[in-house]
Amino acid sequence: MSDFNIDDKVDITDVVCPTTFVKAKVALEELDDGQILSIRLNDGEPVQNVPRSIKEEGHQILKLLENEDGTYELIVKKVGD
Amino acid sequence: MAFSNEQLERYSRHIILKEIGAKGQKKLLNAKVLIIGAGGLGAPVAMYLAAAGVGTIGIADADEVDLSNLQRQIIHATKDVGKPKVLSAKETMNEMNPDVTVNTYHTFVTSENIRELIRDYDFIIDGTDNFPAKFLINDACVMEKKPFSHAGIIRFKGQLMTYVPGEGPCYRCVFKNPPPKDAVPTCKQAGVVGAMGGVIGSLQAMEAIKFIVGQGELLTGNLLTYDALKMDFRKIKLPHNTDNCPVCGKNPTITELIDYEQAECDGAL
Repeated sequence: MSDFNIDDKVDITDVVCPTTFVKAKVALEELDDGQILSIRLNDGEPVQNVPRSIKEEGHQILKLLENEDGTYELIVKKVGD
Repeated sequence: MAFSNEQLERYSRHIILKEIGAKGQKKLLNAKVLIIGAGGLGAPVAMYLAAAGVGTIGIADADEVDLSNLQRQIIHATKDVGKPKVLSAKETMNEMNPDVTVNTYHTFVTSENIRELIRDYDFIIDGTDNFPAKFLINDACVMEKKPFSHAGIIRFKGQLMTYVPGEGPCYRCVFKNPPPKDAVPTCKQAGVVGAMGGVIGSLQAMEAIKFIVGQGELLTGNLLTYDALKMDFRKIKLPHNTDNCPVCGKNPTITELIDYEQAECDGAL
């Protein structure tokens, strides 16, 4: 994670689909073009679907890191306003 | 303003939409819409706007719920008969969505109170059932520079148009004056299918939502008519030139609001 200059973080492990993506999308809307968001998400359905939905919105997926507790950290660069 | 997890879930289908998103949902939560008439049109408008999370909804109506209203005024229930419509409407909206503040005006809207009433709101819905009220709402909205959605329903037919100040004709540009008394029957005399209010009222709610989030094209400069029996929608382009309109034109001759006389048998819509 030290590779990236994280501007904001959001934890979506406390919600289920489709609120997972919604919560991530809301956090991205708060950022400016080029800023970086770190999203903590659960294994399974969120890891499969959230990155794809974010990509469809035009943002850039930088990396998906596995945490020790079984959750993941998705690093996203915001594209556009 | 940050969304709670509950709000994210409640409005998820809006927020997922590119055209709305979190920004649009915030606009809805900060918006103020006034609905004049809690009847056949006002009922679905109020319910859809409350469900959508329009933060402040005003509702004005002087009537009480009557058993004959329930065939189309779906915001009221059998237990509400006899209750002021604005109160019954407020209860339904509050139950649907606690995010919404509902202001009730249990009064007739007249030339005396309308300008002050609409001043606090961003968008006005004409859900009334008579021509004097429709001209009053139009003239007041022109004078106060407020956008509004006009609609009317009768039997199997309905129509609507949207007025936005400076962006097209007003109701009076199209219909100069109310028709002579008794030239046009009221709903009470003529009848109306309940679902007509649902069709046309939902379109009014849609216009309000698009106006608030600033997306898409509104029915400004157009009159949409719906004939349910023929299953025919027509979008009629209205004359672009509004210069000679007596209220929104260059040299308006109507500068004071007019209380037209209402036909005696006018009933609640």
